[in-house]
Amino acid sequence: MLKFIDTVGEAVAGIKDGSTVMIGGFGNAGQPFELIDALLDSGATDLTVVNNNAGQGDQGLALLIKEGRVRKMICSFPRQSDSWHFDAKYKAGEIELELVPQGNLAERIRAAGAGIGGFFTPTGYGTMLAEGKHARFLDGKWQVFETPIHADVALIKALKADGKGNLVYRKTARNFGPIMAAAAKHTIVQVSEIVPTGALDPENVVTPGIYVNSIVKVA
Amino acid sequence: MSIQTSTTPLGRDDLAQLVARDIAPGSFVNLGIGQPTLVSNYLTEEQNITLHTENGMLGMGPEAKGEEIDGDLINAGKIPVTELPGASYFHHADSFAIMRGGHLDICVLGAFQVSATGDLANWHTGAPDAIPAVGGAMDLATGAKDVFVMMTLLTRDGASKLVDTCSYPLTGVGCVTRVYTDKAVFLIGPDGVRVRETFGCTFEELQTLVPVPLVPFDEKAAGAVVGL
Repeated sequence: MLKFIDTVGEAVAGIKDGSTVMIGGFGNAGQPFELIDALLDSGATDLTVVNNNAGQGDQGLALLIKEGRVRKMICSFPRQSDSWHFDAKYKAGEIELELVPQGNLAERIRAAGAGIGGFFTPTGYGTMLAEGKHARFLDGKWQVFETPIHADVALIKALKADGKGNLVYRKTARNFGPIMAAAAKHTIVQVSEIVPTGALDPENVVTPGIYVNSIVKVA
Repeated sequence: MSIQTSTTPLGRDDLAQLVARDIAPGSFVNLGIGQPTLVSNYLTEEQNITLHTENGMLGMGPEAKGEEIDGDLINAGKIPVTELPGASYFHHADSFAIMRGGHLDICVLGAFQVSATGDLANWHTGAPDAIPAVGGAMDLATGAKDVFVMMTLLTRDGASKLVDTCSYPLTGVGCVTRVYTDKAVFLIGPDGVRVRETFGCTFEELQTLVPVPLVPFDEKAAGAVVGL
């Protein structure tokens, strides 16, 4: 049942300790900062977080990591010039890292939302990121078996939602939003604008409302 | 005929210009972070190249300046960019399907090492205290029809980065088709490593720097198959 929620605090209130949380965004584009801040305030801990990166600077996901709420990161690119909070936790052995090539990360998330139990992909074959994984020669090349990544909750950012929960995004802030919305059991979306049902052209809806559980407008 | 086409080694910008000139008109191209990004400065309107960025866009324009800067419009290096007429946006799984599905004509990447059989090492030094980060490098290396590498031929210590076998952790196996360096352009294929042209050295001098058997590229023998 789709719910429109007044505050980000109420929107994330149900996230339990130990949850796997997908967080949209590539760098800062599409990162749902207000929802992440609310998750930090909620006190939820022992989280597994799925995001392309592992936080930048002193905001959003970086703060969640700094405060020790993240047990494990599943991401493709943790190390950046301003990823100092992740770097410190990693070097101290206080955070687990599952490093996944970016396209495999995206496809594993997509697979979860699409009910796919696993897939073979050429990406990573012959590298240390495929060590110990089942490989087969298929369709003319070696391919590695990868499994879906499911989540309890997804926190994503979109530009607009309508009354049915249909979403549109803005430019490259779309990135992981649509596939995370489908992969999580419970999808919470922060939007800049809520428009009346019928105001979005159905031809242009990017994420159909069936994937969305909670919407909160963020100024 | 000598394959030496320059009396001096090529600088980064000259090399970027050369790569840009070699990209066929109408191609769909992904330029990696760092040196490969320079290539975009030399693509011409007549070439009608469409740039892909793995964070979900085709039709990427130049870096954004001043009031053009928009936090929702960035490239894979997280630099603000612009959109060109005819641009499109798509989610991450679609963006990597574009790569993995073989729809990109060329990607241009930097490298630590390339092997004689086209193995690429460009994501991890293997140092035990390094924090590994791979991003889209493995997907790009595996997916594009042609993988061009841009790098200096030698390390600061004078060791060749074109090697028999990569000592750094691999990004992809047998994926590199061409290597652009300050001293030469190498074509990598089933019959070994051929040298298309040299800069600031002769073929014989080049061979003394590189621990891999080199063959001068014979344009006539290769005919139209190679095309360049």
